[in-house]
Amino acid sequence: MDQKKRIVVVGATSSIAEHCCRLWVQKGPVELILVARNVALAERIATDLRARGGAVDVSVETMDFLSVPAIAEAVARWTTQAPVDIALIAHGVLSPQLPCQEDLARAHEALEVNGVSPVLFAEAFAGAMERAGNGTIALIGSVAGDRGRRANYVYGASKALMDRYAQGLQHRFAATGVKVVLIKPGPTDTPMTAQYKAQGRKLASVESVAEGTVNAIERGTPVAYLPRKWQLIMFVVRNLPNFIFNRLNI
Amino acid sequence: MRPVSSWGRLSAEPHQVVDLSDIAALVDQTRGMGPAIPLGMGRSYGDACLNPGGSLLNTARLDRFHSFDPETGRLVCEAGVQLRDIQRFMLPRGWSLPVIPGTQIVSVGGAIANDVHGKNHHRVGSFGHHVRNLKLVRTDGQAIDCGPGVNPDLFAATVGGIGLTGLIATAELQLQPVAGPWLDTEILPYRSLDEFLTLADDSESLWEHTVSWLDCTAGRRTRGIFLRANPAVDQAGKPPVPSRRAVPVTPPLSLFNRLTLPVFNTLYYHLNAHRGGTKRRPFDTFLFPLDDVQDWNRLYGPRGFYQYQLVVPRDAGPAALRDILDIIAKSGQGSFLAVIKTFGERASPGLLSFPMPGITLSLDFPNRGARTERLFVELDAVVRAAGGRLYLAKDARMPRDLFDAGYPKAPELARFRDPGMSSGMSRRLMGH
Repeated sequence: MDQKKRIVVVGATSSIAEHCCRLWVQKGPVELILVARNVALAERIATDLRARGGAVDVSVETMDFLSVPAIAEAVARWTTQAPVDIALIAHGVLSPQLPCQEDLARAHEALEVNGVSPVLFAEAFAGAMERAGNGTIALIGSVAGDRGRRANYVYGASKALMDRYAQGLQHRFAATGVKVVLIKPGPTDTPMTAQYKAQGRKLASVESVAEGTVNAIERGTPVAYLPRKWQLIMFVVRNLPNFIFNRLNI
Repeated sequence: MRPVSSWGRLSAEPHQVVDLSDIAALVDQTRGMGPAIPLGMGRSYGDACLNPGGSLLNTARLDRFHSFDPETGRLVCEAGVQLRDIQRFMLPRGWSLPVIPGTQIVSVGGAIANDVHGKNHHRVGSFGHHVRNLKLVRTDGQAIDCGPGVNPDLFAATVGGIGLTGLIATAELQLQPVAGPWLDTEILPYRSLDEFLTLADDSESLWEHTVSWLDCTAGRRTRGIFLRANPAVDQAGKPPVPSRRAVPVTPPLSLFNRLTLPVFNTLYYHLNAHRGGTKRRPFDTFLFPLDDVQDWNRLYGPRGFYQYQLVVPRDAGPAALRDILDIIAKSGQGSFLAVIKTFGERASPGLLSFPMPGITLSLDFPNRGARTERLFVELDAVVRAAGGRLYLAKDARMPRDLFDAGYPKAPELARFRDPGMSSGMSRRLMGH
């Protein structure tokens, strides 16, 4: 019998995170701590996971994702109960660009929810995992963090913060048993992107992105573009000279 | 509004798609909607899941399990859960869905609304036989429980009711215990319709799954491949992970035409006739061979294709099938691998359920416009004369009189219809 894996999912109502959990309960015995703002939805997700899996232990918690003391307290509590094998940090909101430009408060919120808060969670886990000498921190970033574009640069900047942070954390843990995984999904078919779908854009399925995420976490892949084609696309986008890039409407 | 096609890809008309994702908000989201029709995985071939100009209630994200009792095998889940998902999670726990159609990529709601059948119909009946309860959300804001013991009339109207009685929100299914994913399978070539019928009769009492492929380009010189399977007694070994292939582009023309079809069919026949014999296979590669080829419906080209599935009573069946095969051979519009199977005696649970005791044949035809329609008119006449019917889940064009003749209980549905529900199919076959 395998040892039960202990996984904390921050932002557990995110579609990608939910589908990752479905894969985990299918793989074997697992203890899941789902952390969410929308507790009613998280409870329904927990019920689903309990029904799917045989040997699963699922609990739901809620907290203020923007409160520094709350983050420190919660992560300390989870990691002292027992070692955490995986921390998946998945919360975020798709903040449309225009409201962020027109209202500083919206921009502030977008930066905090999508950038600052995930980084603080990761930093809190990093200390505990370093002491334990083991664990994987997985962050869900975005291809939008690779280059600022007029269409979504506030959101992109928050994801870029996560990108550079993960890079540093990987450097810090290079010679240890702690792994840091940054997932960069392209546009994915989730409730968050319903407006894109209505415009007829082709989106990756959330199942395939979750599968890629779970695999990347298992292997400790430092940066995983999902689906893989985005690695090539973003390589091109990052390396376009400004005089071309600035003329493009992308 | 966005263009939506069903699996046959015959049309892509604009629809208002309402993505349902929160079971708690369902009553509010559907109240006063209309005309609307539920959409699951869109695997119906024709217009049962389409509603041009109106709304589609997309259930793909109503995909959560609510409870599972590992003692009794009762599963309660939302309507958008795919059958494949149930199998994936429940097989390792020793339980299986009793009935799965030719693909696992269908939703629970769709499986009920079309009262689908599988290759074990002779043993277990249709999907609706295994539904213990379901919650129906109506566009007037009501949520009604129904099942064989509660509101049985509404239940009979909903099973096979192609979405017209309301939105199936959740369902309680009775799973069956299984030892594992392996089947012991046997492949037998046959060279006449009589030989097929003898094989079918002999197999039904001893084999759990039976199905057969038929080369319909051969006319009266019918030949085919009979497949039968039982769960393996010894379930050792993990099943191989199927390789996923996809059809990456839609070819400009259907790949199945007068020139290629006899070649494909002859190849398929001889390949399998030579393979013959018995073999242990994972259940999914045996039962759902096409599920590993993503978007195979594109092979029929940009104009799409029709599926024509008929059932004829056992007595009139053989003669009718001979006529049908003759007509198809003469038309030169054969199908790549017709599928033929006998249904068991168990009476279907729904007012509009398709299965009845007899023989069912299903055929694909690339859409060639008027030529294909002329062929269907000839086939319809044989089905009508034999007292048979066509499968609504696959139909896109049957005339109203054939529907009335084939589904004598259809008028009873009117009492149970949700006035807010309507589809392309219901307007075509029932006038509203």
